[in-house]
Amino acid sequence: MDKAKVVEIKDLGITYHTIEEETEALRDVNLDIYHNEIIGVVGPSGCGKSTLLSIIAGLIKPTKGSVRVNGRLVDKPLNNVGYMFQSDQLFEWRNILNNVLLGLEIQGKLDDEAKERAKEMLHSYGLGDFIYSYPYQLSGGMRQRVALIRTLILEPDLLLLDEPFSALDYQTRLAISDEIGTILKKEEKTAIMVTHDISEAISMSDRVVVLSQRPGTIKKIFDIKLSCNKERTPLKSREAPEFRQYFNEIWRELDIHV
Amino acid sequence: MSNKSISKSHQEYLSAIKRRKRSILIAQIGILILTLVLWEVAANFRWIDPFIVSSPSRIVKLFIEYATNGNLHKHVFVSLMETIVGFAAGTILGLIIAIGLWWSEYWARVIDPYIVVLNSLPKTALAPIIIIWVGAGYSGIIVTAISVSIVVTIMNMYNSFISTDPNKIKLLKTFGASKPQILKKLVLPASIPNLIGTLKISIGLSWVGVIIGEFLVSKAGIGYLIVYGSQVFKLDIVMMGVVILAIICALMYKIIASIEKHFIKWIE
Ligand SMILES: Nc1ncnc2c1ncn2[C@@H]1O[C@H](COP(=O)(O)OP(=O)(O)O)[C@@H](O)[C@H]1O
Ligand SMILES: [Mg+2]
Repeated sequence: MDKAKVVEIKDLGITYHTIEEETEALRDVNLDIYHNEIIGVVGPSGCGKSTLLSIIAGLIKPTKGSVRVNGRLVDKPLNNVGYMFQSDQLFEWRNILNNVLLGLEIQGKLDDEAKERAKEMLHSYGLGDFIYSYPYQLSGGMRQRVALIRTLILEPDLLLLDEPFSALDYQTRLAISDEIGTILKKEEKTAIMVTHDISEAISMSDRVVVLSQRPGTIKKIFDIKLSCNKERTPLKSREAPEFRQYFNEIWRELDIHV
Repeated sequence: MSNKSISKSHQEYLSAIKRRKRSILIAQIGILILTLVLWEVAANFRWIDPFIVSSPSRIVKLFIEYATNGNLHKHVFVSLMETIVGFAAGTILGLIIAIGLWWSEYWARVIDPYIVVLNSLPKTALAPIIIIWVGAGYSGIIVTAISVSIVVTIMNMYNSFISTDPNKIKLLKTFGASKPQILKKLVLPASIPNLIGTLKISIGLSWVGVIIGEFLVSKAGIGYLIVYGSQVFKLDIVMMGVVILAIICALMYKIIASIEKHFIKWIE
């Protein structure tokens, strides 16, 4: 791949300390991510997936190794990295527009032009009628879309998504993941998405990273190459003939015993 | 979710709720009227001694007397002023201290045992000391009111602040938010429902402080009126003081509750 390198993770390791014990959450993680790539991360629960995203976001410091985003060493939260959570984390006391503007407000970039841009984005993502509504008036899928706009309006070079759809019901999840996957591709974003849903990972990602049990290390990376007619979207990906094959291989790699 | 055309069964459901609400209100007013009538009758027929228990008509008569000769509004005004000043100062000071404790987990842990002791101590026990230290005027009474209400404000608000959703804090941090920004944009607004709940409690406690203070030292106020009445053994005055107090407290509670309604939209 000759595209620009957006993320460079080198020899990354982290150990958590609590009074009861120390937990080695990640060990020797090495990964390069390139422009406009979507990386799916799967792994057994507790293996350090959220920890990995938090380190890339600059929220916690690694014990070993380093992360660079666009060449800059991550030692605090960077303005060009956006984070999306499992639940939308909308502020109930702010209307939808003001929720979308939250990040701009914090970064002191709020002006009339930004407000107009926010309204336009809300319109173009089908939320035009809800600009002045409050979060409780929106469905789960709509709320997650607002959360995405709140992230995208900051124009991040890199998006980190931590199980972004897991709070939604299955149908909504298929629809919104299709929509968001398409948006990310259209806007040429680079993204790392943690999920526990193998199908979701395959359908949305260019590469799927499988992490091992804790301490999480990269077990295997799958290049997802699907033969779709016309354009590839997350929903169409699920119909590709190779889909099952990837699913089985990743499932085997995850090595889950119950 | 919202259905524009209301079906018949839904209409019935709604009117049943309305009926029930009305019946509760009628029962509430009924109890009040019944009590007043019984009280009046019992006093009139000397089943009970009106000298000791007074009676509604005697209270009303006395009320009119006090209201016309110009003394009553002074007493009400003094107590009201002391309560509102004490309540406002206690709330603001309590909030500032709670914010300070949220800011520094270290200091929060250091002073934790003191707060616990202060909280379980009946604050009224401090009133005589405070009045000696601060002075026997309005200021002593106001400080007493503050001392009674502030600990609850500190504890409630501090607990509210530290229970702010950690994921929302994390979200703000990914935006690069500073601690003052996290406080202003998240911690404070998220605590408004708890603040209103606390106001409801602390307004009552401020009244406790004011009345205690006025019992101990004062030349005016509802507490003074009550003590004076009991000293000259005119129970009508005592009863009138209590009734006025009840009415004012209920009104203040209502005001806070109506503020709450403004925010109820997102409290759910
Ligand atoms: N702040 C923390 N302090 C101590 N241990 C932690 C902390 N955060 C996570 N851990 C531990 O690190 C491991 C990885 O956690 P996490 O990254 O949340 O896993 P995942 O997202 O893959 O489920 C878990 O065993 C968890 O208990
Ligand atoms: Mg996780």
